[in-house]
Amino acid sequence: MSDLYNVSAAPHLRYPTKTNTIMRDVIIALIPASLFGIYNFGLRALLVILTTVLSCTVTEYVYCRLMKKQVNPWDYSDIVTGLLLALNLPASIPMWMAALGGVFAILIAKMVFGGLGQNFINPALAARVFLFISFPGRMSAFALEKIASPTTKELLRHGALVIDGVSGATPLGQIKAGETVNLMKMFIGNIGGTIGETSALALLIGAAYLFYRKVITPIIPLSYILSFAVFAIIFGGHGFDANYILGHILGGGLLLGALFMATDYVTSPITLKGQVIFGVFIGIMTGIFRIIGTGVEGVSYSILLGNLLVPLIDNLTRPKAFGKERVKNGKK
Amino acid sequence: MARMSFKGGIRLEEGKELTKDLPVTDLLPKGDLVFPLSQHIGAPAKAVVSKGDKVLAGQVIAEADGMVSANIISSISGTVKAIERRLTPAGKMEESIVIANDNMNTVIDNYGQKRDYMKMSKDKIREAVKEAGIVGLGGAGFPTHVKLSPKNDSKIDYVIVNGAECEPYITSDYRLMMEEPESVVEGLKIVLRLFENAKGVIAVEDNKPDVIEKFKELTAGEPRIEVLSLKTKYPQGGERQLIYAVTGRKLNSKKLPADVGCIVNNAATAAAIYKAVARSMPLTHRIVTVTGDAVAEPRNFRVPIGTSFSELAEAAGGFKVQPKKLIIGGPMMGNAMFTLDIPVTKMTNALIAFVKDDAAVQETACISCGRCYFKCPLNLMPMKLQVLGLNNEDDKFVEMDGMECCGCGCCSYICPANRSLTQTIVQTKQRILAKKNVPHEAYELHKEHAANE
Repeated sequence: MSDLYNVSAAPHLRYPTKTNTIMRDVIIALIPASLFGIYNFGLRALLVILTTVLSCTVTEYVYCRLMKKQVNPWDYSDIVTGLLLALNLPASIPMWMAALGGVFAILIAKMVFGGLGQNFINPALAARVFLFISFPGRMSAFALEKIASPTTKELLRHGALVIDGVSGATPLGQIKAGETVNLMKMFIGNIGGTIGETSALALLIGAAYLFYRKVITPIIPLSYILSFAVFAIIFGGHGFDANYILGHILGGGLLLGALFMATDYVTSPITLKGQVIFGVFIGIMTGIFRIIGTGVEGVSYSILLGNLLVPLIDNLTRPKAFGKERVKNGKK
Repeated sequence: MARMSFKGGIRLEEGKELTKDLPVTDLLPKGDLVFPLSQHIGAPAKAVVSKGDKVLAGQVIAEADGMVSANIISSISGTVKAIERRLTPAGKMEESIVIANDNMNTVIDNYGQKRDYMKMSKDKIREAVKEAGIVGLGGAGFPTHVKLSPKNDSKIDYVIVNGAECEPYITSDYRLMMEEPESVVEGLKIVLRLFENAKGVIAVEDNKPDVIEKFKELTAGEPRIEVLSLKTKYPQGGERQLIYAVTGRKLNSKKLPADVGCIVNNAATAAAIYKAVARSMPLTHRIVTVTGDAVAEPRNFRVPIGTSFSELAEAAGGFKVQPKKLIIGGPMMGNAMFTLDIPVTKMTNALIAFVKDDAAVQETACISCGRCYFKCPLNLMPMKLQVLGLNNEDDKFVEMDGMECCGCGCCSYICPANRSLTQTIVQTKQRILAKKNVPHEAYELHKEHAANE
């Protein structure tokens, strides 16, 4: 049998980047934010990460076995979903709740629609919103108790943030209340929030890696952040107040959302024009939720709403084929 | 305006180093030679010899039948052994003339006789090209005399020689341009004589600076000829990409280059035109690259058309390792074959043997990453076209410009989910053409199947 030649249609060469290498790069890019979250919130954060990742992989595996589908061999997409979900959860969340989020993300938001590539909304975000609506109290419990003089053991268990005694209202809450915020702390990430959203620095390092590996382009993040900034300048009531604008951009889940959630291939438009429209749309929606609305956050809802528009945007921005753009002064 | 490049495409440079510095070797076949009657786009030629006839090298053994067709020329002398169906590089069984080689290589009268093309009339030149059986040697095989006869000669303002050779691994055009650049330039001059308002352009990818240098030297005193260095990018040698890179004019699938004032000929075709018109040598030989990691001594051969690929492989030292895949033509657009018992035709420029089959991978789900769209030189959305094709949604497929696909393979190459985008889109295209009752390859195949059943 080994003497037979393979026969297949052209082309006969393939580029080495595969789905699993892309997913692996996303996981690598999320490592700085995850590590900072663990440093910030203690080992409990690590436990949340492990719980969601495990619940996502197990859910996908069990679903595929039960439905007699082929178990996807190591495309890592379930791990990415689990990791993203964990980074969107507060470290104080009960473990069963985190696990439930993982099951929801994979089962309801992804597998029942046909699995990888067929989901119309970002599974991790869908699960976050599901948990937020179901358990609003636990999902916004960003503050933990203070410890006066921590031992190493306590540092490990509770994280640097709580020990510093910075916990309390999140910067976004402060902004909403009209206070000024410490931008440097927000950039480094010594603030309250979900596990992965606090450190702008860690998120930017991860995103830089993805740009370098050409996994994502800066188009969606830039159009998102810029349009949100313009919205904040016009409607925020603070004009060009740098503290206010930057505080909004660095605060909450905006950077995590813009860099890692809105750039999800499956749930974002394909064409460059479409990506700009998508970015601007979620930027404006985030502005409406955060500044005009009564809530403090709005990134997740905005991106989910944007996800729903993707098929429409793709249809509207479909380019003309080469040589069919327009009839140039008759036939020449 | 020359742009030297186009949107999309991929960088593919591997494999040329295996053969690019080795001079072309002549190969004399020992076995029978096989001449399929269809070695071009259009109607198959009509055999004018029959079993038992003696033929000479350079003799017309099958004549062009219809408007778009081409003569077939015997490349050796010998006896017609049979006219029967044989397997061709296109993967089809095709009526072919089989000639037993007498190893004498006796040529026809006047073979190699010098002619001054400046004194020949336009019709004489076209007649000579037609007589010599020249077709596009880059792989498409469009009969050259048809291409050289547009409705209005004076409307042609560009005559382009395609020296891009953008497919990886293949170096047959490169070696030709290195070893006999004069033939290419002379061939271009002959074509320019047909189109008095045209400017001649020799377009070469910038990964062949030595070739560009040679052409620049040779054309230094020629006001009508310009040598352009194009960006190295696949599929730069595609006709529509090339015309855009050289002139900035865009061409859709329904138009011919002549519609935008261009005539494009491959470098090897230009050399063949020169030999046919100025030297009375019909198209009997071509250069074939034999390469790949399974080949013992990769090399370029000048072989008589009709030679069996197994003789070529043997001449290259055979296989050092058992290959997993044999490709006739380039790795991006060539055909995978299951045997070497097929003849070299006018259109075949390479035999590639790979130890590993890159394409033997499992399809996974599309993750809408958009890579296929960004690499598509024709601005199509392959991921959507594939779904439409698989679902038989032909109307939508046409509406989304699926018929524009040139089959270059960039989408399948780049797809991280290993999806067979090119394959599905090309098949859907063929199916739709067949439905429209357009005489097309797929339609012919379909008829063949129906007849067999």
